[in-house]
Amino acid sequence: MSLSLADVEKVARLARLAMTEQEMQAAQAQLSNIFGLIAEMQAVDTRGIEPMSHSQDLAQRLREDKVTATDQRAAFQAIAPQTEGGLYLVPQVIE
Amino acid sequence: MTWEIVIGLEVHTQLSTNSKIFSGASTAFGAEPNTQADAVSLALPGVLPVLNKGAVERAIRFGLATGAHIAPRSVFARKNYFYPDLPKGYQISQMDLPVVGQGALTIQVEPLSGNAKPYEKTVRITRAHLEEDAGKSVHGDSQGVTGIDLNRAGTPLLEIVSEPDMCSAAEAVAYAKTLHTLVRWIGICDGNMQEGSFRCDVNVSVRKPGQPLGTRREIKNLNSFKFMQQAIDYEVQWQIDTLENGGKVQQATVLFNPDTGETRMMRSKEDAHDYRYFPDPDLLPLEISSDWIEQVRATLPELPLAKQTRYVNDLGLSAYDASLLTTSREMADFFEAALGNNKGQAKVCANWLIGEVSAQLNRDGLDMARCPISAQQLGNMLQRIADGTISNSGAKEVFRTLWAEGGEVDTIIAAKGLKQVSDAGAIEKIVDEIMAANADKVAEYRSGKDKLFGFFVGLAMKASKGQANPAQLNDILKKKLEG
Amino acid sequence: MFESSLKQLGDALRAKRISSVELTQSYLDRITRLNPQLNAYITLNPEMSLAQARAADARIAAGKAEALTGIPFAQKDIFCAQGWLTTCGSKMLHNFASPYDAHVISQFNSAGAVNLGKTNMDEFAMGSSNETSYYGTVKNPWDTTRVPGGSSGGTAAAVAARLCAAATGTDTGGSIRQPAALCGISGLKPTYGVVSRYGMIAFASSLDQAGPMGRSAEDLALMMNVMAGFDERDSTSLQREKEDYARDLSKPLNGLRIGLPKEFFAAGMGADVAKAVEAAIAEYKKLGATIVDISLPNSKLSVPVYYVLAPAEASSNLSRFDGVRYGYRAPEYSDLADMYEKSRAQGFGAEVKRRIMIGTYVLSHGYYDAYYLQAQKIRRLIAQDFTEAYKQCDVIMGPTSPSTAFKLGEKGDDPVQMYLSDIYTIAVNLAGLPGMSIPCGFGDNDMPVGLQIIGNYFDEARMLNVAHQYQLATDWHSRAPQGL
Repeated sequence: MSLSLADVEKVARLARLAMTEQEMQAAQAQLSNIFGLIAEMQAVDTRGIEPMSHSQDLAQRLREDKVTATDQRAAFQAIAPQTEGGLYLVPQVIE
Repeated sequence: MTWEIVIGLEVHTQLSTNSKIFSGASTAFGAEPNTQADAVSLALPGVLPVLNKGAVERAIRFGLATGAHIAPRSVFARKNYFYPDLPKGYQISQMDLPVVGQGALTIQVEPLSGNAKPYEKTVRITRAHLEEDAGKSVHGDSQGVTGIDLNRAGTPLLEIVSEPDMCSAAEAVAYAKTLHTLVRWIGICDGNMQEGSFRCDVNVSVRKPGQPLGTRREIKNLNSFKFMQQAIDYEVQWQIDTLENGGKVQQATVLFNPDTGETRMMRSKEDAHDYRYFPDPDLLPLEISSDWIEQVRATLPELPLAKQTRYVNDLGLSAYDASLLTTSREMADFFEAALGNNKGQAKVCANWLIGEVSAQLNRDGLDMARCPISAQQLGNMLQRIADGTISNSGAKEVFRTLWAEGGEVDTIIAAKGLKQVSDAGAIEKIVDEIMAANADKVAEYRSGKDKLFGFFVGLAMKASKGQANPAQLNDILKKKLEG
Repeated sequence: MFESSLKQLGDALRAKRISSVELTQSYLDRITRLNPQLNAYITLNPEMSLAQARAADARIAAGKAEALTGIPFAQKDIFCAQGWLTTCGSKMLHNFASPYDAHVISQFNSAGAVNLGKTNMDEFAMGSSNETSYYGTVKNPWDTTRVPGGSSGGTAAAVAARLCAAATGTDTGGSIRQPAALCGISGLKPTYGVVSRYGMIAFASSLDQAGPMGRSAEDLALMMNVMAGFDERDSTSLQREKEDYARDLSKPLNGLRIGLPKEFFAAGMGADVAKAVEAAIAEYKKLGATIVDISLPNSKLSVPVYYVLAPAEASSNLSRFDGVRYGYRAPEYSDLADMYEKSRAQGFGAEVKRRIMIGTYVLSHGYYDAYYLQAQKIRRLIAQDFTEAYKQCDVIMGPTSPSTAFKLGEKGDDPVQMYLSDIYTIAVNLAGLPGMSIPCGFGDNDMPVGLQIIGNYFDEARMLNVAHQYQLATDWHSRAPQGL
């Protein structure tokens, strides 16, 4: 199967990846090859088969409702690209 | 031809847990920015979610309170989108298999137009699912930048989704209010709307009767009932105007601006339609045993609707009074504590609570939890009314004193000399005296001027310094005047 | 000293024949001398390493040493280690000094082990040759014109070149076993859930599993004793009794039933690899094992299934790298969307972007059922094949990789060819089973060949026993690359 350039463009947008026209064309060819490989599984009859999300058939373990974390803002924000007054700064969000 | 309005609600209730849904960070409101954003809230590389039992327990409580099916097995999914207040780039939520299935909520609707009568309606709840809250964007003074505070990120939410069963702003508001009462009642949410603990998204569409559903627009994040009312009114009118002018309504997310009273389209979240949901591989299926459900059921308080029925059937209250007494659990608890075993006093007790107590609370800007008078005090006062120790006017004086200064009911009665005179001899003596002093009026009365009865009551009360038992005084006076 | 086993090093340290500081310094000196040829390490921090060594010496002096106290290990740069630059092989995390420790790191720390440095890897563990690392390609110590395999290629090269006593790796589709095979060392991917993933930067959460890489099965057993165990911070961590992975090492192999899947011995495997693997099987027969022919009919689908599921999970796992709270942010941007798109486009390399795009596509509206759901269903079929097979055998054996180490750049332009080099390892991750690779000879160009041993769930101790007995009878595992 092959992807269209529009597919590539849409996916790049959804994934927030800036791409040049040239990069998108290269990606189109490569992704089409990869989907060619993936297409092998389309022919398999999987009716009645339960999808498998985890290798162990277990239930979620629950945590007691207790506060265990302490304030580590200084350490966490020491590695942040841009902060001010304890806030992470980003270009203006327009709602 | 008129338009039909179709409304459905999605309500995000912040669950009242101590810690976040997937980590041990505090959920307390109002902390300094990002001081409650732990490694998991910040989505540092490598961190993983572990589900909070308290959040699940609250979801179960809600399901039981709305007669819903509690899923023995539910699944967490990732809802993928980019937004700076969403640190992982996905929100952990539930999609195909929510923890709470179909339920229902019965509401009392008070129509907004003056002369229509209140009525009851049952709104179906489609589902309720657990998910995590996002952080907050703070728009400060700095030009061109937004600050991100992730203290709220990861706070547990129960998103309660209704069927589009409401057909007016009044019904939508009644549903939201009833839900608001319920979540506080069962102790799963503090209901603080200013702090965002209870946020409503309202889906509105209009159609001509008999036609298929119109295209809906979603009004996001309404955090007051008044705004909800205004926003729906505006939105409905906007949609009708648009359609009547030959336009089309496009599916959209809108925000309500309380300053202008208008709704407007949101510009962000452009690719909202492709969230790429898939089961979160970091979390296993949530399994809830029937044992656990029964344990939770055992701790559930009597619910508002059950109480209302009981108040009407056992205590002889009107449906209206019963619904007012169950607007909050604090109110109902207060009522029941004040009433004690004196079932016969129910109407009087209800009147005091709905009347004086509520009015005073309102005037002082207090809620029931901070009422200066205890249920015990009110109960004692009612006791003294019932046993004839004080009159209604005396009771009002006792109430004012209790409210302003506190104290013991009996002490106040004694100190203020509010004890009624119920001694027949003493009352007879007063009556004899005023009749003697007003022989002309007695004659007039006896010749048929009935209205003068009130005049004699007034004089006698004045003479007793207001302490005569009114019922007794009436009897004696009537007997003597009729001679 | 560089040829000593972990047990010998531990004994020497506790007997104070050598100090941890001396041992650590010797390794650091050797790294300084040889790493420039191999590029096995991304980050070294001699001060921090030596501080840990001094602490270990004090602990030994106090008589509180454990098996691994004072021994220098390298850590794959996928594990967050407090104070250490943790890059995951990506420009995206070029400045990420982790503020916290991964569970695996804490386990080594509390055992008193020394962290010698962070090893190079394919970017976000996506690759089979280590060529996708932002920090340069790792060279295979047996032939520096060849790849070490990936994604744990830095670890494999460091262990093979004796640039650490042993090291950690992670394995999502073969990232421990394939580089172990290509560099002639031993590596174990445990049962999914046995080693906590907390603090291990996620690639594909339902497949990722950390494990030990070293020069012998015995070394791996000692490392497993430290790495394995329940961790409440990982919801997929299994609550099991603590076990001693070395307990069965010396058991004889009489009666061991080895399953050979016919699919693993079909076309596709290099003749040199086949020869070495067949010789190893013959050796096992001598050790008392019997051979059972088995079939894993759906295993041929594991590559396509994997290249749907792993990128899908990865596309979501890697969304957190947005330039807001840590990591790379583009120097110039016009608005928020531009900041996201540029930071991610510049911070991620080509292979990572490719996989994010595959994953985004297969999860997107209208494609989910055909790709993601179908892949999850076939995943179950693949796992069921193993369940059936283990009714007839105790362990499964076959090649780890279809070929020995290929030349740097050889598969650079063709992702599909690269993906196919994981053909024997991926099914194990999909099923969540434990798998290992041990050296079993040399193929063309004198490059090492790996024998893959796949066990049933939680059968790590048996697998280590199976590997150890072979290593007692052969010396492939103790061969060291010459000429560095």
